Amino acid sequence: MSEAAVHDDHHDHKPTGIGRWLFSTNHKDIGTMYLLFSLLMFFVGGAMAIVIRAELFQPGLQFVNPQFFNSMTTMHALVMIFGAVMPAGVGLANWMIPVMIGAPDMALPRMNNMSFWILPFGFTLLLSTFFMDGGAPAGGWTMYPPLVLQTGNAFPFLIFTVHILGISSIMGAINIIATVFNMRAPGMTFMRLPLFVWTWIITAFLLIAALPVFAGAVTMLLTDQYFGTSFFDAAGGGDPVMFQHLFWFFGHPEVYILILPAFGIVSQIIPTFSRKRLFGYTSMVYATVAIAFLSFFVWAHHMFTVGMPLAGELFFMYATMTIAIPTGVKIFNWVATMWRGSMTFETPMLFSIAFIVLFSVGGFSGVMMSITPVDFQYHDTYFIVAHFHYVLVTGAVFALFAAAYYWLPKWTGHMYDEGLGKLHFWTSAVFVNILFFPQHFLGLAGMPRRIPDYAVQFADWNMVSSLGGFAFGLSQLIFVVVVFKCIRGGDKVTDQVWEGARGLEWTLSSPPPFHSFTVPPKVTEESAHG
Amino acid sequence: MARKDINLTTKKLYLLVVVMFGFGFALVPIYNVFCEVTGLNGKTGEIAVEKAEVLAVDIERYVTVEFDTNVNQATLPWSFAAKKFKIRVHPGEVSDAVFVVKNKSNRSIKGQAIPSVAPAQASLFFNKTECFCFTQQTLAPYEEREMLVRFVVDTKLPKKIETMTLSYTFFLSTDENKITSL
Amino acid sequence: MSKPRTSMLRTLFLIVVSFTSMLVVTPAWADWALNLTKGVTPISHQVYDLHMRILWIMVVVAIVVFATMLWSIIHHRKDKGAVAAKFHHSTALELLWTAIPIAILVVIAIPATKTLIAMEKTADADITIKITGYQWKWEYNYMGEDLTFFSVLAADSRAVVDKTSDAKPEDIDNYLLDVDNPVVLPINTKIRILTTAADVIHAWWVPALGWKRDAIPGFINDNWTYIEEPGIYRGQCAELCGKDHGYMPIVVKAVSKAEYQTWLVETKQKIAEASSGADREWTLDELMARGEGVYKTNCAACHQANGEGIPGVFPALVASPIATGAVEDHINIVMNGKAGTAMAAYGAQLNDIDIAAIITYERNAWGNKVGDLVQPMTIQATR
Repeated sequence: MSEAAVHDDHHDHKPTGIGRWLFSTNHKDIGTMYLLFSLLMFFVGGAMAIVIRAELFQPGLQFVNPQFFNSMTTMHALVMIFGAVMPAGVGLANWMIPVMIGAPDMALPRMNNMSFWILPFGFTLLLSTFFMDGGAPAGGWTMYPPLVLQTGNAFPFLIFTVHILGISSIMGAINIIATVFNMRAPGMTFMRLPLFVWTWIITAFLLIAALPVFAGAVTMLLTDQYFGTSFFDAAGGGDPVMFQHLFWFFGHPEVYILILPAFGIVSQIIPTFSRKRLFGYTSMVYATVAIAFLSFFVWAHHMFTVGMPLAGELFFMYATMTIAIPTGVKIFNWVATMWRGSMTFETPMLFSIAFIVLFSVGGFSGVMMSITPVDFQYHDTYFIVAHFHYVLVTGAVFALFAAAYYWLPKWTGHMYDEGLGKLHFWTSAVFVNILFFPQHFLGLAGMPRRIPDYAVQFADWNMVSSLGGFAFGLSQLIFVVVVFKCIRGGDKVTDQVWEGARGLEWTLSSPPPFHSFTVPPKVTEESAHG
Repeated sequence: MARKDINLTTKKLYLLVVVMFGFGFALVPIYNVFCEVTGLNGKTGEIAVEKAEVLAVDIERYVTVEFDTNVNQATLPWSFAAKKFKIRVHPGEVSDAVFVVKNKSNRSIKGQAIPSVAPAQASLFFNKTECFCFTQQTLAPYEEREMLVRFVVDTKLPKKIETMTLSYTFFLSTDENKITSL
Repeated sequence: MSKPRTSMLRTLFLIVVSFTSMLVVTPAWADWALNLTKGVTPISHQVYDLHMRILWIMVVVAIVVFATMLWSIIHHRKDKGAVAAKFHHSTALELLWTAIPIAILVVIAIPATKTLIAMEKTADADITIKITGYQWKWEYNYMGEDLTFFSVLAADSRAVVDKTSDAKPEDIDNYLLDVDNPVVLPINTKIRILTTAADVIHAWWVPALGWKRDAIPGFINDNWTYIEEPGIYRGQCAELCGKDHGYMPIVVKAVSKAEYQTWLVETKQKIAEASSGADREWTLDELMARGEGVYKTNCAACHQANGEGIPGVFPALVASPIATGAVEDHINIVMNGKAGTAMAAYGAQLNDIDIAAIITYERNAWGNKVGDLVQPMTIQATR
């Protein structure tokens, strides 16, 4: 640690050296660390995806053995969900929520520090399983018993990692709720909150409600394996299907945990670049609440094929179809916001428009899969792989890119390279469709998911998909260049950055001071949300 | 901003976390009750003999009951078969099914039979008054034994169910499992 | 700075070029299939119709929404001089676009419910087949017929997977979709299909029949099918079940009722013949020859064709204490399996000759030179 890091008394000065980051309690620094960590994990998980697509490039086994392939699909999911998308969302929340509601910092700054720093620890633990006897977990990220109990030495590490990541997310969620509930600037009523803040409150409640159940379920796996219980062991009177019920009771809200912040981001960006207020703010809020509420009653649509009584299948089919209604409201509201606006198409707007279109494509296949009798065909095929990658990659990840481009100038004080940004968008948007759209065809033609090798009739579309995958992967390097360049320098931006931007974050300087809103701003209807 | 408010919110949220963690475990008994009520996982009920005798036999109606046997071979070196593959019974009528189990190893082993009924909904109306699956069974080396299930199909069985399968899987008893795998 | 970058670019370029050239030179493999199969059962037809109906509804919705967006993007842009309107809500509009989706969903839900109810009608079946999933094969039990057999990945595909053959996937008919013993079913017959599993969860799926169903250890699921056209229908396991999840295909051969009856008789005979001869002395060569085949079908998936296993996951047999130690222990583990591991009890799955052949083979292959041979009679005595 350098001398200067020891102490610094100047007004509004940041601590320097490594101590600034290790012991940081500053929401902006912690937000930055979350975002950089998630970017790193995005590439770790992406590398695994490249291995998967390389193996599936042609029929036959070329690069890896089936066991390792299963480890790749399992770890790719865990890293992308818990390492890339969730921390990115929390990072944005950390950075933006205090400056959006006019608070000086998060409510619980020391907990904030801890919730970040246990993440790298957790992922070191998880990734270390690659070097263990029996290899990394290969039973799928859904961890269904009895298969997951065949995991080698990695098993307790897998469970422990899930606990750690869960604790981190729960702490982050508690912090966000405590901040929004108690630290809003005068005049910032709930119905004046920017939608990004709204979606995050709801996400945080989902995290608090769903993650402990998941933690309980994996704890039961642990005791089944080592302490002689039989929660999921038919031999001892347990039921392996019960794990699936518990898992998806968490797992379905989890997908909304991933996507709701994305809804919030897009609801910030579309009005800015349409130079028009968000259409149907109130219905947006209610739609988000409705989606979150419904998400606790649809879990069994992930497991229609386990064999439920007719009444159960019908209930979960109808409940799942219902989710299309509030989601549809959101899509229509975004389109109505653009309607008769005065639009420009900078990179954040491009990613947001692509989000609406491609997320809808994922939504359409989602409605198709909610239909139980047809889902018996779609289930566990590449059709579902295509579906959830449309909602999570072109949905959640595209929204995160949009957010990064939207707020990068605010964070750094420099405009990013718009040319490179547009290049990143167009390459991503084209290749992601080459990557995932053919997977619909593969699934319908009968290719199951999670297989390392396939019948030759699936060869053509797999090759197309792989080529799209490699190109999509390479395109993401552009993003790293853009971020790197933007941090290093670039054209100075104004406080407002974007012509149509509204909200408290744009009243601060670019970059904002290390400590902002130490005196709370006064919020009026006019200066509130976009 | 009041520190006190923040602390209060935080405490409430911690409480919610603990409650939800507990709820996760509470879901286990809730699930089991739910399964008993709806027949979700096809586990069958048990009733007292007296109650079985008072059920009126519905001689108008026949139900086919198939018997299926499985041995969890990853753990248990037994053979297990039903003497008759299927029988036709009247709802309300007390019937017997006989199974033959053999230990094919040279050691004495304890096993547990787990019943399952298909279609799952039928499990609600399939009542056993006597069954080898109620207790663990220990077989001496190479011992062969006949085992009995006495059952009644409830007269309230929905009309659309005409065939049901009673399936048993013999597992190594769990306490023994832990010992052998150590 | 510039030098490593150019070399990296060159590597990337080479990778892209080599992959693209593979795309060009590889023979046109298949049919670029796009859609779900119509299948060959009344249920699969209903499912297909439902699928198409929802697909088209979704396409129409997509066109309406995206066209509105596109119109807006083309006309309401700042560089065209568009000035932003001030409206930001409309209760009537919002009610309208809540109501329309509800109506669409109801239109979808009605036929979906009908199909689902039809799928549940397992009564009145003429025959019942029980299907048990194993790691990694299927067992078919014709209930009441005293006929049970296993169905594993065909040998020619297995050889490619194990890299013991130089053949390429495209050289093989139905690579990964062929088995040694297909399940034969009569057409125009209502067949009840029960699924369960012996170890982990599997899922039995033949797209042409219109559904898949999980096979869960300790539980039994029922379903039914009614095949209308004779033919060969292929499918795969559809629930991750470990290492060889991708290598446990399903082949259904649908034949006329008469052919089915003949097949039943012949198959029972064949199985009886395969286990005859258990009461005579076998020579080492005979057992080794038979053992190699049985080993490849039943053991090679884990212990590998070369007997070296997968370190840390599946133990090697080469120079292993079991395969080169006391013969009683070896027989015991093959017959009874090992609790808590993936090693199953083959005593229940294979006949005496095959067990004797496997054990003999394992003790005398790949440099294991114990020299003893295990007679089928010895195995019979342990039963």
